Amino acid sequence: MSKTSRTLVTMPATARKDEIIEIRIIVQHDMETGFRHSEQGVRIERDIIREFICTYNGVEVFRADLHPAIAANPMITFTTLATESGTLEFNWKGDNDYASSATSKLTVT
Amino acid sequence: MIVKFLKQLVFLFALLSALGVSFADPTGQDRQSSYVLMSGQTQAMQNDPAQNPATFWVLDGQTLWQTPAGKSNKSCAQCHGQAEQSMKGVAASFPRLVDNKLLNLEAQINQCRTERQQAAPFAHESKDSLSIAAYVATQSKGMPITIVESPALDKHLQAGRQLFEQRMGQLNLSCAQCHAERSGLKLAGNVIPQAHPTGYPIYRLEWQTVGSLERRLRNCMTGVRAEPYMFDSREIVDLELYLMWRARGMLVETPAVRP
Repeated sequence: MSKTSRTLVTMPATARKDEIIEIRIIVQHDMETGFRHSEQGVRIERDIIREFICTYNGVEVFRADLHPAIAANPMITFTTLATESGTLEFNWKGDNDYASSATSKLTVT
Repeated sequence: MIVKFLKQLVFLFALLSALGVSFADPTGQDRQSSYVLMSGQTQAMQNDPAQNPATFWVLDGQTLWQTPAGKSNKSCAQCHGQAEQSMKGVAASFPRLVDNKLLNLEAQINQCRTERQQAAPFAHESKDSLSIAAYVATQSKGMPITIVESPALDKHLQAGRQLFEQRMGQLNLSCAQCHAERSGLKLAGNVIPQAHPTGYPIYRLEWQTVGSLERRLRNCMTGVRAEPYMFDSREIVDLELYLMWRARGMLVETPAVRP
């Protein structure tokens, strides 16, 4: 069964050509490390986001691998160069068939 | 002889005030939300809904508000309408006496669920309970905390104050000893906050999730090696009431972020 969750993206809607834009993304996820035990002493299975990829008009501009030590509801901030108007697509993938995606439009003047 | 003693006494008080030692619970304008003690980054996280992780709980709460539940198959919205109007200021006045029983916001929501929606109550600290409470409380953001005093409420307030000042646990500390008498001083590198519950439910970075005021209070009791009061117990709700009364007039920050 695939799981998904809410995401929030903060980035400018417009930018000048060749301007550096900052993109801030946050995703709702418990990021269960796999190192914790329940009150009954049973190990809680790892359940984390493994991968984040941002594509800009289909071209990959940023990628991050996520690991068990990363906080719940992880926030990632990165920058990219505004080259042309178009769509930025954000994709998260993780354990237990977790998948989330978001898109954001950018107008370059 | 007496004059000399009085002079020494005056000197002692002057010295204590010069050192900034204060033994009174800050009141009125001297009260501060622990928001001001946070780093700029944590403050920014709280200020911007697009950075505040608690936004996820508020959005989940909004969905719950509109979802029919229980045997009645009614949603919160079907009776209460738009939360932006009907729930404005509501959380700022809880805990409140309902049929002679003191209820906090989560308990009031559960009462509505069991009696009106005829649905199972939300478990304490469950995602649903925190989401709907965060959504309702967010509608009071920026409004002053208003506990309306009445003779019936007075005995709960007195009981709450008594618990606040009562020593407990193996460390034998009362809430007041740290949060009233020593607020602003340091405990293990952290400034001791005045303990005004202005932003609950809060997203606490240490918890990595949203939690209620009850969870925070139980957390503090474990800290002084006391047995925490049970959720919904008379004691913990009285204490919540006293803390809200103590913070009356301060502005609601929900959903707040705390370290």
